[in-house]
Amino acid sequence: MTKGMLGRKVGMTQIFNEAGEAIPVTVLEVGPCVVLQVRTPDRDGYEAVQLGFADKPRRLARRSERGHVAKLNSKRSRSRTAAGVELLPKAGCEPKRFVREIRGSAGDAQIGQELNVAVFEGVAAVDVASVSKGRGFSGVMRRHNFSGQRASHGVKKVHRHGGSTGNNTFPARTWKGKRMAGQLGRENVTIRNISVVRIDSENNLLMIRGGVPGPNGGYVVVRETNKVG
Amino acid sequence: MTNGAKQRKGQDLIRLVEQSSLKPEPPQFEIGDTVDVHTKILEGDKERIQIFSGVVIARSGAGAKEMFVVRRIVAGEGVERKFPVHSPRIDKVVVTRSAVVRRAKLYYLRDRVGKAVRLKERRK
Repeated sequence: MTKGMLGRKVGMTQIFNEAGEAIPVTVLEVGPCVVLQVRTPDRDGYEAVQLGFADKPRRLARRSERGHVAKLNSKRSRSRTAAGVELLPKAGCEPKRFVREIRGSAGDAQIGQELNVAVFEGVAAVDVASVSKGRGFSGVMRRHNFSGQRASHGVKKVHRHGGSTGNNTFPARTWKGKRMAGQLGRENVTIRNISVVRIDSENNLLMIRGGVPGPNGGYVVVRETNKVG
Repeated sequence: MTNGAKQRKGQDLIRLVEQSSLKPEPPQFEIGDTVDVHTKILEGDKERIQIFSGVVIARSGAGAKEMFVVRRIVAGEGVERKFPVHSPRIDKVVVTRSAVVRRAKLYYLRDRVGKAVRLKERRK
């Protein structure tokens, strides 16, 4: 299957390599992940493996979430079985907090199979996708690196404004895509081609060079990099 | 509440990761000590030891990220170098003199010149 896993950002530190250089590393707790579903071209029109990471307490999980990972004795399942419909196989695990699909060939992945960080053994670089830290509604100086205006020389109460947003008679409107103030952060960000520094299979830790988006404790999707060259 | 517990667990994992980068016996010295820092320098393919001696004026960070700052006066100009405590390139740190100091950061030495730079020696 395509090498991909779900995990959590633990934090950053530095470690020394053989040459004595300090390497900045982000520590990710990757796995164990359970295969919840396998998407096939016949049934779903595409190939992927659906993984789940981090148990969700049953008191927090909806019934639909429990039914997604394990067989439930529900009225619908009974009636479907009675009608002779074969129900989809289930992983038979606890409900998961973080569920994502890894696109690509499913290979020999089995539903209910548990994966750990060892899948990245021999992988030189990975792509990491996560939700960046939210900075709320931010002005143009912070959001788009505008220069703002002068502190004095007649500037009045517009020191951090973006200035004009367009022309006059033509086009008599503001162009689409004009950079303005708005939500900054809390968006999906993928950092590609991060080199793998070390793998600790015992503790399910993956150490990669440099930073990844999002807060410590935030969920991340780690895939073998698709960047060529 | 549960978040706090998770955070602690994260710190434990960080400590675990740093373990491999820590020296079994980190160099022992204190703020205000005059030290000789023996650093390994690679010249071509030959390794050589270079000594930087001066006063330890600050220490910061923890675990593998711990650093210390050594200040000395070279040709009338103050020179500071910051070293990682656990760097494998630091061979050893030899304390040549200890001083009586009352704070953790001796940044006030930067504003002093000449005789005022001296610190009162601490006899053991």
